[in-house]
Amino acid sequence: MSWDWAFVWQIMPTLLQGLKITLLVTVLGAIVAAVLGLVFAVARRSSIKPLARGTSFLVQFIRGTPLLVQLYVIFYVLPDIGIRLPALVAGVIGIGLHYATYAAEVYRGGIEAVPRGQWEAARATNLTLRQTWVHVVLPQAVPPMIPALANYLIAMFKETPLLSAITVLELMNQAKSVANSSYRYIEPMTMVGVFFLVISLISVALISLLEARYGRKASR
Amino acid sequence: MAEPIIRFDNIRKSFGTLTVLDGLSFDVMPGEKLALIGPSGSGKTTILRILMTLENISGGHIEVCGEQLYHMQKAGREVPADEAHLHKMRRHIGMVFQHFNLFPHKCVLDNITLAPILTKGEPRAEAEKRGMALLDMVGLADKARAMPSQLSGGQKQRVAIARALALQPRIMLFDEVTSALDPELVEEVLAVMKRLADETDMTMLLVTHEMGFAHEFADRVLFFDRGHIIEQGPPDRIFTSPTHERTQTFLRKIIAAGHRV
Repeated sequence: MSWDWAFVWQIMPTLLQGLKITLLVTVLGAIVAAVLGLVFAVARRSSIKPLARGTSFLVQFIRGTPLLVQLYVIFYVLPDIGIRLPALVAGVIGIGLHYATYAAEVYRGGIEAVPRGQWEAARATNLTLRQTWVHVVLPQAVPPMIPALANYLIAMFKETPLLSAITVLELMNQAKSVANSSYRYIEPMTMVGVFFLVISLISVALISLLEARYGRKASR
Repeated sequence: MAEPIIRFDNIRKSFGTLTVLDGLSFDVMPGEKLALIGPSGSGKTTILRILMTLENISGGHIEVCGEQLYHMQKAGREVPADEAHLHKMRRHIGMVFQHFNLFPHKCVLDNITLAPILTKGEPRAEAEKRGMALLDMVGLADKARAMPSQLSGGQKQRVAIARALALQPRIMLFDEVTSALDPELVEEVLAVMKRLADETDMTMLLVTHEMGFAHEFADRVLFFDRGHIIEQGPPDRIFTSPTHERTQTFLRKIIAAGHRV
């Protein structure tokens, strides 16, 4: 089997179509993960014990089961109880929910790394709880989180091919359909690898920039 | 005779099974400078933390500036204070911590102006003008734009004092403010506090192991042991002729450890 450039150019529009969906899923999934992760992190810190415990259990449950299984449940099992979601929506929810549990852990670590003395100083200067979060705690907690969150973003990006299993027409799925109809696998699969590699490498470079900027903790 | 500005009435405080304060009562008069001394674990710091509402009480009543701190009236009944009440009461009180607790992501001047701007709605220009005056008073006007990480311990603590003063509290709490400092930096912080004590009519409560400074600073010294006031009086008497045996033992130990009295 030899490499056929003509075939590469011929399938390129289809692959780019898939890449667009892959990037869309990544961005939407990241938003779901970032928001839901914050909800999980705050709920786990709640003084309402059943809420804190319930959230902990849910987070453990999601982390302890494979993403592929969760995607199948959301797309193929939920319709049995009347919840019918378009593939793209199911995929974004699935991957976003999964990575929300990881984001929650990063948030928790970042928030707990802010020393108790900072909360006390905020109270001694009579800031309200909201002012304490906005002006004292989050500005210190968030910057050290950024490299870790960005790493999860890349990990999530590389897991998006799983969405092909629930018929989302992302990059991998497009490549598979091209390959299945032409019986040529080398060009589509190589191109999928190249796309992921190039975007990952660029992202990794960006992350090391972020790490240089935020990774070191300011000394007190 | 004026009313006390702080009144502890039968205060109890436990951490789990450990009882730190067991029925503590004492009054502080407006403008009084109080030094709280005694062995570690005697409850001195807890008293300050309770006043700053960093720690809840387990029983009793505290009056600050004529109002209950941890209780309020609701429909003619006494109920535990809510956050709004505590917020209102905290305006009267400022605190300086052993470990400074400056906000590391804000420059020196912003550390000082943050709370006046947020909690009192002070215009930024006004807050900065007062902030600069306070920095001038603690001798750090040239550090206004420095970050806390660029300061020495003594400088940090002077900024922390200015930050607490910026809210113009009637009561200032100093919790072992020189314990975390290198010995050569202690003096600059004590000098600032001595000036405050001499030049203002703020009520001040000082928890310290610096007996020499307590002697100079305080109008009244309270010696604590295991959550009780064992002995109290003017510093000249407490430090030169303590009557209680436990006070004598404590002061002997402190002198033996190399502290000046």
